[in-house]
Amino acid sequence: MNTVAENLFIDVKVDAAVAADPAVAKKLVEACPVDIFAAKDDGTLDIVTKNLDECVLCNLCVDAAPAGTVDVIKLYE
Amino acid sequence: MRFFEYESREIVKREGIPVTDFGFVTSADEAREVAERIGGPTVIKSQVLTGGRMKAGGVQFADTPEEAAKHAEDILKLEINGHMPRGVLVDPKAAVKQEYYAGVVWDGIRKKPVMLFSDMGGIDIEEVAEKHPDHVGRGHLSNLMDPPEFRAKEVIAQTGVTGRQLQRLTPILAQLARVFVKYDMTLAEINPLVELEDGTFVALDAHMDMENEARPRQKAILKDLGVGDEETREAREATPFEIAGEEVDAMDHRGVAGNVTEFDGNLGLVIGAGGGSLTLFDAVRKYGGEPANYCEIGGNPSVAKACGLAKLVLSKPGVDKIAVMMSIVSNTRVDIVARGVIKACLELGFDPAEKIAIFRIPGAWEDEGYKILEKYGVEYCDRSVSMHEAAKRAVEKIQGVAA
Amino acid sequence: MSILLNENTTFIVQGITGREAVNLTKECLEYGKGAKVVGGVTPGRKGREVHGVPVFDTVAQAVEHHGGPIDGSVVTVPPAFTKDAVFEAIENGIKLIVIVTERIPRADVAQMVELADRHGARIIGPNCLGAIVPDVIKMGGIGGPAKDAAKAYSPGFVGVMSRSGGMTTEISSTLTAAGLGQSTAVSIGGDAIIGSTYTELMPLFEADEETQAIVIYTEPGGRMEAELANWVTENNSRLPIVAFMAGKFMDEMPGMSFGHAGTIVEGKADTATEKIARLREAGIAVAEEIAEIPGLVKELVGEKVAS
Repeated sequence: MNTVAENLFIDVKVDAAVAADPAVAKKLVEACPVDIFAAKDDGTLDIVTKNLDECVLCNLCVDAAPAGTVDVIKLYE
Repeated sequence: MRFFEYESREIVKREGIPVTDFGFVTSADEAREVAERIGGPTVIKSQVLTGGRMKAGGVQFADTPEEAAKHAEDILKLEINGHMPRGVLVDPKAAVKQEYYAGVVWDGIRKKPVMLFSDMGGIDIEEVAEKHPDHVGRGHLSNLMDPPEFRAKEVIAQTGVTGRQLQRLTPILAQLARVFVKYDMTLAEINPLVELEDGTFVALDAHMDMENEARPRQKAILKDLGVGDEETREAREATPFEIAGEEVDAMDHRGVAGNVTEFDGNLGLVIGAGGGSLTLFDAVRKYGGEPANYCEIGGNPSVAKACGLAKLVLSKPGVDKIAVMMSIVSNTRVDIVARGVIKACLELGFDPAEKIAIFRIPGAWEDEGYKILEKYGVEYCDRSVSMHEAAKRAVEKIQGVAA
Repeated sequence: MSILLNENTTFIVQGITGREAVNLTKECLEYGKGAKVVGGVTPGRKGREVHGVPVFDTVAQAVEHHGGPIDGSVVTVPPAFTKDAVFEAIENGIKLIVIVTERIPRADVAQMVELADRHGARIIGPNCLGAIVPDVIKMGGIGGPAKDAAKAYSPGFVGVMSRSGGMTTEISSTLTAAGLGQSTAVSIGGDAIIGSTYTELMPLFEADEETQAIVIYTEPGGRMEAELANWVTENNSRLPIVAFMAGKFMDEMPGMSFGHAGTIVEGKADTATEKIARLREAGIAVAEEIAEIPGLVKELVGEKVAS
């Protein structure tokens, strides 16, 4: 089996300060319909790489976080 | 979902329709024991889900328990139309005075069950209906009340049956109709229903089909009969490739990427939705293509599921290329399917531009989908290219006609 | 004009808080002149709103809130609850019921249809996407989001009926591209027993002045096409019909179901070959490919004008 990247089409960049804030992390986990975000044990944000390509481009995460702190990147553009 | 005769007889029996003292067995020794218990001549019947068992030698008569055991041994080894028997039924050889037919089926046009009865039992009802229409009685049932006895009486009386026979047959046909309704059958048939020399009436054979959609609410009877969820009872048994397809579809609950059926061609198909798949499979064949499989995508499956299905098809021995095609989608998303099939190629070490002969899915999120396909160099088309043209293009590419 | 619905049609969505129903409600509100979705029903959710549509616990509450009879209902509840939901709609005076739900045992469907008949109500489906009057109104998921539906459907004189929801859109889009609009397109459902067959909708199209031709999408399984062939032979219909038959490969595979629950070859009469022959005998044109449909429609309508 070839090893290809787990996410071929979508990447998500989250501002480091925001990712460290358990309150925002919780909002992101709740917002995403395809479970791209998870909370670590300490409540900070974890990105579930294997779910990135399931992104439906709904932008609910972008809306849930402070403006400009979450960026959804289309790797095919 | 079709029942074996022994199961149908069990259903009939538990609902109070008289049957002979039969025994279902899976070995010659057991057959001997049942024949001993019955005492006297017996009939040994193969339990297969296919017709023509009489002709194939799957029904034999025995005078002694030893003979019954011998016949059971032979029949258990006898393949009929590609089916090995589940077991054999050992039945007393009945002293029959008169054979009748009783059945209930759906009339899809009137949208009601219809009862059928004939005083010419033991043969195919369609044949009787064609050659002796006056020997077939018919009557529809209301869906909003319990099958009434008077309707069964009317149906039987149409064939000229009267007297004690009419009185005895009426409750049996009415009860069969109730069984049909109670267990969500699409067919419930007793053929022959017989009057024995001693004047009693019994069901000598029974045939029943339960609607697949009703299986969830008929769990109790299925459990009692020992029919597991994994038993599809389709016309043919699922192949390992098809079972793998079901596993892909069961990966998550988002949408459908399944109903995979195996064929032996070289063009893998990742197609949808219901009507679209039927149209596209025909289209590939019309242009001389040989599909490796049938399948259906629909209801907006996850990327992982589309990817799993494409991988399954791409890995099938003999598959050179896949064609990804659907009728215009409004719920399923073009970009999601595009991601899935491209990912499948890459994970298997293939170049998507080479392996995907054509991508023809117009509709929801098509612009986003086409961007992805562009990036990986996959040939795609929009709704201006018909489903048949797309299928033709895929066939040309796999046959090396087109570059 | 149109059949079944028009811009004044009011309807509710039963099961409105489900994921698919929420989308469907939005699509209907946004399409054409905007459907009059006057309420939704989900037991226990009274007081909520879905895209501005008030949610009730019962159909009776929705009717009371509306202050008068409601024309239709789109039913999108799970199979085990569909029969009760449809009974509720019928008993509350609703006359047009679109059942989206799949995998309902046919005994339940037959009960719903019989009760509907007794109340003078009509059922479309189950296992269907509903109906659309281009640029005016859609009732159900047919055509998808408003902007996608607008791309495929255009107003005109062709009545479309299809056993496949997706193929209703594919065929209508092909007609649209050829300059042929649709009066009404109906996804009639893919089950063995459905509320309204081709034949049962024909008199409605017949009575609709706008409609000048009919296109149907058909499949193996059942007697619906034979019923239509008989109807056409017995009634002197003014409407030429063009049919497309999918699933010809199934003729070689009796006993196996493909595509839709009702699509299975159980006897000779169920086969594509036999059905095509029956349709042709009745004077119905059968297209070999979808792309031929617009040409056949133009030809047949032209012939009628000429004669």
